Amino acid sequence: MSDTLLEIDRLSVDYETARGDLRALRDISFDVRKGEIVGIVGESGCGKSTLISSILRLTAPNTRFRQGEVRFKGEDLLQLPERRMRALRGADISIVFQDPMQTHNPVLSIGQQMLDIQHRSKASRAEKRARAAQMLGAVGIPDPEARLDQFPHEFSGGMRQRIAIAMALMSEPDLLIADEPTTALDATLEVQIIERLQELQREFNCAILFISHHLGVIAELCDRVVVMYAGAVVESGDVREIFHDPKHPYTRRLIDCDPGHIKERARVLPTIPGEVPDLANLPGGCIFRDRCNQAMPRCAAEVPPLTQLKNGHHAACWLNHKEAAE
Amino acid sequence: MLLYAIRRFGLALLILIVAVTVMFLMIRAVPGDPVQIMLGPRATPELQARLTAELALDQPIWKQLLIFYGNLMRGDLGIDVFSGRSVTAIVFDQLPHTLALIFASILWSALLGIGLGAYAAAHPNTLIDRIAAAISVSFVAAPAFVVALLSLLIFAVHLQWFPAIGAGEGFWGRLDHLVLPAFAIGLSWVGYIARLVRASMLEVMGESHIRTARAFGISERRVVMVYALRIAILPVVTVIGVGMGFLLSSAVFAEIVFARPGLGKLVIDSITTRNYPIVMGSVLISTGLFVASTALADLINAWLDPRARTAT
Repeated sequence: MSDTLLEIDRLSVDYETARGDLRALRDISFDVRKGEIVGIVGESGCGKSTLISSILRLTAPNTRFRQGEVRFKGEDLLQLPERRMRALRGADISIVFQDPMQTHNPVLSIGQQMLDIQHRSKASRAEKRARAAQMLGAVGIPDPEARLDQFPHEFSGGMRQRIAIAMALMSEPDLLIADEPTTALDATLEVQIIERLQELQREFNCAILFISHHLGVIAELCDRVVVMYAGAVVESGDVREIFHDPKHPYTRRLIDCDPGHIKERARVLPTIPGEVPDLANLPGGCIFRDRCNQAMPRCAAEVPPLTQLKNGHHAACWLNHKEAAE
Repeated sequence: MLLYAIRRFGLALLILIVAVTVMFLMIRAVPGDPVQIMLGPRATPELQARLTAELALDQPIWKQLLIFYGNLMRGDLGIDVFSGRSVTAIVFDQLPHTLALIFASILWSALLGIGLGAYAAAHPNTLIDRIAAAISVSFVAAPAFVVALLSLLIFAVHLQWFPAIGAGEGFWGRLDHLVLPAFAIGLSWVGYIARLVRASMLEVMGESHIRTARAFGISERRVVMVYALRIAILPVVTVIGVGMGFLLSSAVFAEIVFARPGLGKLVIDSITTRNYPIVMGSVLISTGLFVASTALADLINAWLDPRARTAT
């Protein structure tokens, strides 16, 4: 247990809206160990972003934490006073956001912003500046010293994302959250960023929580995977287990639909028919039931629990229960 | 930045030339013979002819314009028909009073408006926000001349806290005399700027770079005051730059109500007497002020926002 860094324990989060509570996260449980890369996969709107903003407690004002804990090094982040929480942000837990074009302040120079985030350091201005330049060099920005005086709009998207990674790693955090860091970039840049992340992860030995809907990237980068659907975890486990022997129909369909996985030239790209259920008005039973081609009567009656199948491999599907399959 | 400044002031000069030319032509379009009005019904034909020649009114209009610009290059705005003094001297005598009034008004209203707006945006939909909104809107709705008259009545006549008329002597005397007129003109600006800053701040606070700053544990104070306000202030600077023109016209009210010397009073007085050289001189200076303040606003924006420097 001592090597567990982050534990999400039965976390449920709602958004209060005019048409009732939106049940954005329900009963989420998984953990991240020290130095490990955990991937979170799922469609848009499955709660990935709610999850990471809940970890950092940078949530919208209408967010309500209904139950559960987010334990970081054994401490429940949801109970911490705002002051202590702010001390963690950017120090022990850092984040790289999705859209590099919007992630930096447009009117402050990169150097100024990189200086500002070292606000906890006692070092002199010159030392902080040197540290910023060193980090820019580490993510592969040429001539970092001179580029510190430039503004975000003078950098390309790929460079801005690398700057964001440099900023996130500057404090040598224990946990780096990467929220679809490559989604806004083109494919060649994506590979560069992923490789750079892998190198840096080895160098700094931090754990990474990597959010993506790109299965290829997850398979390449991560040790373990958590598959989310409509605000709940449907399957989690070792990356090889998940990709070679998925135990939840949703995971299986997701892998089938991944463009990298389709061998032949398909006339029509495969999709999962149906829509994600309305989170404000959830149906009873299994949430994936309506889109599942293996649904059984039991799926409508009871919510399948997330159960351990093999060592560390969890899935929430009645198909894995003997009595149901019979 | 330097190149941007040079280009911006080149543009300002061009605007000034166009504006002054238009004003010059418009004044000539006012009906009635200016010479007769200036000299009155009992003037001799010789006197009338001499003044007409002096003002070059017997020349074709394009030639009048050329003469005007020719004199302008030498800093000569002509001679006042009545006093015989140089128009340049008369206008520059009045200018400091108007400038002091405008700057005092904009300074207090901008400081208070930005503070109020930023505070309201940092605490949206709270009681304070709502009270600030109600006050702001009522400030905007109050016309400057009504506020001027009321404040004159209340603070100068009844309470006798501040002097009612004139411009005062010495630094403190002048400041004392500035309070009421600056209050009257600035009040609606407080509300206007507060609303503008609040809307602009709320928009910026929702942008993702603010979330980034928070995710790095930067203090909320610094996030609001530096990361957000510096962007939210940009439209306010532009509005104030353009607003200098409107302030010039509200300064006319204040100068009449408080019997202050100034450009506004000078223009009104000289238009009724068809005193062309003075009108042109004052219009030129006011236009120059307006053009300079918009150019200055653009420069401040370019200084605050690196993106504006590379654009245009």
